[in-house]
Amino acid sequence: MRAPLSWIKDFVDIPAKVSADEISDGLIRVGFEVEEIIYQGADLTGPLKFAKVLSIEELTEHKKPIRYVGLDCGEKETRYVICGATNFVVGDMVVAALPGAVLPGDFAISARETYGKTSNGMICSARELGISDEHSGIMVFSEADVKIGADAIEGLQINDVIFDVAVNPDRGYALSIRGIAREVAASLGLTFTDPVDALRLLKFSETGKGVSAKIEDKSSASVFYLRTMSNFDPKATTPLWMRRRIEKMGMRSISLVVDVTNYVMLELGQPLHAFDKSKIKGGLTVKRAGKVQKFVTLDGQERTLDPDDLMVCDDNQPLALAGTMGGLSSEITQTTTEIALEAVHFDPVCIAKNSRRHKLSSEASRRFERNVDPSLAEFASARFVQLLTEHSSAVHVATVVAGEPIYPAVVKIDPSYISKILGFEVSNADVARILRLVGCDVDEKSWTVDPPSWRADLVGVADFAEEVARLIGYDKIPSILPPRPLHASLTPTQKRRRAVATMLASRGLAEVQTFPFTNQETIDAMGFVGERASTYAIANPMSEEFPLMRVHLVPGLIEVAQRNISRGAKDFAIFEMGSIFRSAQKLVPAISPDLSKRPSQKVIEEIFASVPPQAYHVAGLLVGKVENENWQGKARTYSWHDAIEYAQDILALCNLEWSIKRSDFAPWHPGRCAELIVDGKAVAHAGEIHPRIIAKYGLPERSVAFAVGLSALPDSSLVRPTRVGTMPAALQDVALIVDEKVTAAEVQAALTEGAGDLLESISLFDRYDKIGEGKISLAFSLVFRAPDRTLTGEEVSAMREAATSVAAKKCGAVVRTA
Amino acid sequence: MRQEDVSQWVKDAQVAFDAATDLDSLKAARLAHAGDKAPISLASRTLGSLSPDKKASFGKIIGDAKAAIAQALSIATEKLEAERDKKVLLEEVVDITLPVNRRHRGGLHPISIIKNEVSDFFIEQGYAVAEGPELESGWLNFDALNIPADHPARTMQDTFFVEPVESGMVLRTHTSPVQIRTMLTQTPPIYVICPGRTFRADELDATHSPVFHQVEGLVVDKGITMAHLKGTLDNFARHMFGPDVTTRLRPSFFPFTEPSAEVDIFFNNRWIEWGGCGMVNPKVLQSCGIDTDLYSGFAFGMGLERTLMVRHGITDMHDIVEGDLRFTRQFGVGL
Repeated sequence: MRAPLSWIKDFVDIPAKVSADEISDGLIRVGFEVEEIIYQGADLTGPLKFAKVLSIEELTEHKKPIRYVGLDCGEKETRYVICGATNFVVGDMVVAALPGAVLPGDFAISARETYGKTSNGMICSARELGISDEHSGIMVFSEADVKIGADAIEGLQINDVIFDVAVNPDRGYALSIRGIAREVAASLGLTFTDPVDALRLLKFSETGKGVSAKIEDKSSASVFYLRTMSNFDPKATTPLWMRRRIEKMGMRSISLVVDVTNYVMLELGQPLHAFDKSKIKGGLTVKRAGKVQKFVTLDGQERTLDPDDLMVCDDNQPLALAGTMGGLSSEITQTTTEIALEAVHFDPVCIAKNSRRHKLSSEASRRFERNVDPSLAEFASARFVQLLTEHSSAVHVATVVAGEPIYPAVVKIDPSYISKILGFEVSNADVARILRLVGCDVDEKSWTVDPPSWRADLVGVADFAEEVARLIGYDKIPSILPPRPLHASLTPTQKRRRAVATMLASRGLAEVQTFPFTNQETIDAMGFVGERASTYAIANPMSEEFPLMRVHLVPGLIEVAQRNISRGAKDFAIFEMGSIFRSAQKLVPAISPDLSKRPSQKVIEEIFASVPPQAYHVAGLLVGKVENENWQGKARTYSWHDAIEYAQDILALCNLEWSIKRSDFAPWHPGRCAELIVDGKAVAHAGEIHPRIIAKYGLPERSVAFAVGLSALPDSSLVRPTRVGTMPAALQDVALIVDEKVTAAEVQAALTEGAGDLLESISLFDRYDKIGEGKISLAFSLVFRAPDRTLTGEEVSAMREAATSVAAKKCGAVVRTA
Repeated sequence: MRQEDVSQWVKDAQVAFDAATDLDSLKAARLAHAGDKAPISLASRTLGSLSPDKKASFGKIIGDAKAAIAQALSIATEKLEAERDKKVLLEEVVDITLPVNRRHRGGLHPISIIKNEVSDFFIEQGYAVAEGPELESGWLNFDALNIPADHPARTMQDTFFVEPVESGMVLRTHTSPVQIRTMLTQTPPIYVICPGRTFRADELDATHSPVFHQVEGLVVDKGITMAHLKGTLDNFARHMFGPDVTTRLRPSFFPFTEPSAEVDIFFNNRWIEWGGCGMVNPKVLQSCGIDTDLYSGFAFGMGLERTLMVRHGITDMHDIVEGDLRFTRQFGVGL
């Protein structure tokens, strides 16, 4: 919302010594962010004169139209200037910058030779003067508006300060000069004159029968003022001062009637709509569209109405999309002589729906959605009649009123609550003073407060607390730490996530965070199927490229790897932690319990259960060499086992035990993927990425990845350590020949089972696959230890044999003899 | 065996040890004068055949001699070892400035780092860290926060909706639904912060991202005032931006707080908008079944990306979201 200082001053007595910065600070202090202070005219110096066009010579020998124009600038001699615009004729009034003038952008005007002529100045467009973006031609006026030779800086009221104010949605009343002026006055302690006070006194005589007005559904609008006027001369033009004010607000002057509706809206905050009365059949009714039908709005767009759209209709058809935009068929034209002016207080939600359904946000709908002062239907429409009769031949015919305004309810408050919630003492007198300042009637005996008509947002004591606080100043709030619990800590889950991330980071992996979006092509390319491929679709995605929620972390890591590779990185390791969104659960229609009290436990649980579980994963992608190569020599390439080791490290860090088996699982190489199982549940996969994916995404060959479902991991249980044995250990090596299809894990499990309780540790120290005949050799080192004695040779041999015999039975292992 | 002989052996041994020039020649001298076949050792072996009184006197003579030889050997060994060490270690010199950079340098994402930092700060103040789902019920994300359908406040946040739209399921636009979840599952006193990922349909540019992070704080307890909010924010700001930072509250509007404020910080000589805050709207407390006669609360929220960018002077959001290792590695693990 823009607010020119010159207009604010209509309603606030601002001493000259108060600077624009002080006004801006004042607005900010009471909750109105000033996004920009525009010093219009600050970079403009004259002479700038109104001039009459006396002659036009078209210079045709140039690539573009060029005119040599004779101007009467109120000087003895005719002044000649070159002009590239063509939107004027002889007799028009224009703005001429004379030599010596400096236009915005440090553009100095001087007499100069151009196009073979001497140009003694310049005819200006609004943009060249820095007063609007309009540059389709130069500014043109009629002789009735401006005087030849008069100072145009003064005449156009160029020198002004315009505040661009951000208005929060709860303060619809401030989408008007009236509202902003009230805040400026309240913040700076100045006197405010409410323009509505004068309008209350206006009386218009009835000279005929007016168009009738009706509200069909009382919940859609409370009051409807319909003022009929006649005898309007369509040639009437907008006075220059009004046009300039409208332009300073960032709008364009269109015609006198439309300009007056806009002017009143900007001044008071009530959107108005003027119909060409001759196009109305019968009376006007505020009602629903009722059925699907076509409707053409003022902007020329044909729209399909929803039956629920709120419309202003005549006896035959809809004429306006209520509170949003008028219709083309009844708009004010150059032949309009009779006018029906609509001023309604619409229900904010109805207009919000109108606007949302048609994706049409207008100056009117923006105000209605944020609630308009219901008393303004009467006073704004009166202001319209006043201005239009003042500036044209129009006369008031009749005013018809339907319904009546509904004002905010009277509230009983406890003033002590305000000090209690703000944390500092505010006297009851101050509470009353401030609430009166914002327009409330306050009864200090009963503490009943009657909010002003424009403050429908003041309903609870907290709302009044905010008013008191902002007008006393938030800077008066002391800074005190609250009482607080003595202790808190991260949850075990949070600690675990942090430990995993820190471990990976300190072991050379860089963490990345990617957008959790994906697309079907990626899901298919990864080879995900079934439940692992199904996900939720975003109804309004940022781009059609990524309309789905991710089902896995590896695709995002691949994208980041590609980006790093394209920027020259070769050997690196990255990881990400985050949620994935597989749609194991169908979404059900939303439940919306009443908000006035806590929903029942059953409803709360239903709401929680309606939100699908979102698994939390960690995944890593390792590409290129395990180490950086340098003078120390070459490094080996990452291999499937590196990925498995990271996955195992994560499980080990979480103090879990797991078993491992080979798995054919996307997006991994079907022969080189390990599945890690905890408590019978597959919780992690790791290995080499499928060569097809590597090729498709241009990753280095044999890149590897791991993914661990952190949220699927069980909590670690309390550690109950065994005593550390101090008796000597006995080492036994066994070499076993097995079929190459037998896995090391199977053999190790069999040996462990057979070796008995005194086996302290077991590790594979050699694997030899060149035996031939489909056989391999696996050599294990077994360490035995008894807690209470030195083991004898016989005991150790017996345990070794027990181990190998289970391996023989379960895995067909044959002890290899040297 | 005569005592003079024994004394001579000791002398011979000392001379031989002193004459040794390196550890090898010392070894030869040791074998000759203290080895199994050295005269002292041979003499020692004959002791068993002597009569008891001779055994005692000669035993002492030979014992003393052995000790003397051992001591001489020890002195010589120590001296020669020191000489050897000095020489060899010099020969083993390396260029320790050679670059040793084999291992990949890892690191946490700066958003994780700042999230950890904020969490740790508030945990020390007795706050718990609450989390919730990113795909969230619209009722928890909007309605329960006093953001009714068709209210302009809802369009303040460009929401990603999930199909089917009737489910009301959204990608949470703030972490505030975690506050509601907390108030629906716990009873006051409540002291939590809610860090997490949030979504708004904004194009990615230098200062915006459709996917970003927030941290919100919620306190509900007896006698909580706006002064407590201010105190908490002052403390938080000083922790994040240094002891000299000052804060400013400006009246603002959020449906879930009343009174509401924006919190600005004065940092690097200018006011910067940091986040939003206010006293929890009694309507919100009531929807969660909290007795507003007994309890009041405050809430605040700020963007982690924004906090990071302001504090570290990061000028482009792309650096934070693209995952370029050259950016991330600069932050280490944040310690």
